Amino acid sequence: MFPFIFEWIWDMSHIVFMGGLWYALNIIGIGMTYCIIKAVVDTYQGKGGHHHDEACECGCDNHH
Amino acid sequence: MDSALIPKGVRRCPLGHFVLFLAVVGAVLLWGVFAMVLCWIKGLNQTNMNDYYGFALWIWADLAVIALGGGAFFTGFLRYIIGKDELKNIINYAVLIGFICYSSALLILAIDIGQPLRGWFIFWHANVHSMLTEVAFCLSCYFAVLTIEYIPLILENRQADKVPFFHNLSHNMHEIMAVFAATGAFLSFFHQGSLGGVTGVLFGRPFGFREGVFIWPWTFFLFTWSAAACGPCFTILVTKITEAVTKKKLVKDNVIELLAKISGWMLLTYFVAKTIDTWYWASVTAPSMGFFLSDFYTGNPLYGWWILVTEIVVCGLVPALILITERGRKNKTSLVVAVVLASIGVSLNRWVMVLQVMAVPVMSFDNWAMYFPSWQEIATTILPVAYGIILIGISHRYLPIFPQEKELNPVD
Repeated sequence: MFPFIFEWIWDMSHIVFMGGLWYALNIIGIGMTYCIIKAVVDTYQGKGGHHHDEACECGCDNHH
Repeated sequence: MDSALIPKGVRRCPLGHFVLFLAVVGAVLLWGVFAMVLCWIKGLNQTNMNDYYGFALWIWADLAVIALGGGAFFTGFLRYIIGKDELKNIINYAVLIGFICYSSALLILAIDIGQPLRGWFIFWHANVHSMLTEVAFCLSCYFAVLTIEYIPLILENRQADKVPFFHNLSHNMHEIMAVFAATGAFLSFFHQGSLGGVTGVLFGRPFGFREGVFIWPWTFFLFTWSAAACGPCFTILVTKITEAVTKKKLVKDNVIELLAKISGWMLLTYFVAKTIDTWYWASVTAPSMGFFLSDFYTGNPLYGWWILVTEIVVCGLVPALILITERGRKNKTSLVVAVVLASIGVSLNRWVMVLQVMAVPVMSFDNWAMYFPSWQEIATTILPVAYGIILIGISHRYLPIFPQEKELNPVD
């Protein structure tokens, strides 16, 4: 999984396999980090203080 | 008592009825958990697996739920990437079904590996030449994607949504959901395919072996194709079952018909590809290894010609023809028959590719090796079904899964 693990070899199989895994993990990680940080910022700016049954100020169509 | 948690403007059964329902299904769940704990404490001797059957009932269940859960990635692909906007009314349910299927698949694998404490070895000490390593990577990552798609639904619960941070988080996740959906489609393509590839590369098993392109046997593409075709059928089937149980219409007909039509065409093209694959395998690949087609379907008490005809014609061509015709889709009975057949068809295909492969004799002195699972295997295979029913029940009761429910069932 990591180059410091004893059986790691710098060959095409490891680069493609592990490259694919880390590519997917990075997208998921960066995406979630962005969502969480933005949610914290939005909360501090006073957004989102309504019930779901009311109209959402972000115009998000009840999030569907 | 729990009315504060139920979405506004919808009607639910009394809490007592719901708890009774959970108790009945929960008893089945506990039976499965007991069998699972037995397997973990006493080991895989609790199963009937042997030198012939290294893959048992579990792996069939694993492959079947992954194929049936394919509705999540394909509906997400159609909704977010292709832009079929009507599908926003069923995508939540597709995600929930996908979440249940994939969490079940991971649970099954955790039981199957015998020593779950060493489960992380497949990542840490990955064998990069194994199709199953790719499956493990993609399955885990895609489950993370499905969890990310399911979290906003939980956060939209009436009480959770009152918390500004949760509301903002749910909103932000929806904003970039297309990125997650695209990642999910990419991951699904590879792990669905690699599951097919596992059988296709078994050159010592002429029943499963296929030729292909580069490192990928044809079964790689057929598995992805069949999951994309039959996964949405399973989503429609579960929606129809939910509507029957709750005695309410939850999704408008035009949404179901659109999904059914796309599935129908996917299924028809899959049928053509599968027929060509079967013909080439029967007339070229298998004979080159010294086998006739009849060797695979005679001389045993279970696997006759019927299984080939049922899988390809009855559960492939028939539902495809029903779903591509407007009359077939609009008729409630024929629609349900088609989605049931398609769901059975893809499950039967996985059975054939996992268990019949093991049963067929390979050596000239060999005999057919039939298999019957132990009760522990059966219990742990039923376990995900009970878990799925419970999660669907709780999600339907407390979360806004069906955006059209209020409109279709106005409360006086």
